[in-house]
Amino acid sequence: MDAERMDRGRRAVLKQGGGATLLALVAAAGWLRPEVAGAQAQAQAWNKAAFDTHNMAETMQALGGGEPTQSKDIVFFQTPDIAENGAVVPIGITSNIPKTESIAILIEKNPNMVAAVFDIPPGTEPSVTTRVKMGQSSNIYALVKADGKYYVAAKDVKVTLGGCGG
Amino acid sequence: MADPMKIRANVTGDTTEVKVLMSHEMETGQRKDAQGKTIPAWFIQSVTATWNGKTVLAAQWGPAVSKNPFLSFKFKGGAKGDKVLITWVDNRGDKRTDEATIA
Repeated sequence: MDAERMDRGRRAVLKQGGGATLLALVAAAGWLRPEVAGAQAQAQAWNKAAFDTHNMAETMQALGGGEPTQSKDIVFFQTPDIAENGAVVPIGITSNIPKTESIAILIEKNPNMVAAVFDIPPGTEPSVTTRVKMGQSSNIYALVKADGKYYVAAKDVKVTLGGCGG
Repeated sequence: MADPMKIRANVTGDTTEVKVLMSHEMETGQRKDAQGKTIPAWFIQSVTATWNGKTVLAAQWGPAVSKNPFLSFKFKGGAKGDKVLITWVDNRGDKRTDEATIA
């Protein structure tokens, strides 16, 4: 893969504490089947800082980006306006921004804002679908990194039955 | 060891669509059990998809992804008979790799 991706991975590793780094090294070096070892080494260590944030500013700081630009080129699909069950809310995001590198799903009112981050290598369509949990009605942000810049789009989703807590 | 993933990969034209259904509790660490003790978090942290040794998707997940996670994405390339490999690693260090043949 290209140098920039590798660089990013290294920085993410450097940023984290010793424990996480060790885990990443073990995961990269150890017990994997040979055909997946390459992919595993390339996968970034889990960015704990980013998954521990509570608002947009903190999230952007943890991801190492500046203020994201509002963009109309990010489209939600399969995403309901009203979700009956907050434990399973389908989210589909497509980015029409050229050179999209990653797509993140952020849920404003969840205990931790970041739900998922997808890295989109060249050749993969900047479009992902998954399902997330939502504690309450909230804005969902699609945060797209393209060509080193961050773009964001929001969608309000109402939840009639929360998915967090018991 | 966790249950196998269900993976479906279909090629249409020059694009392969991959759909994955994983089997995982995805415990948030926010819930409490009947005794009021917090149930520790247990969730998939990273997911990697490869095709012909090339990474076609890498994801980092938090506990906010739903139980038994679903994921779908598309990539350019792929031919009938090619293999797509999906690997996940959870926060306990468990991992699982499954493969599917593109149809």
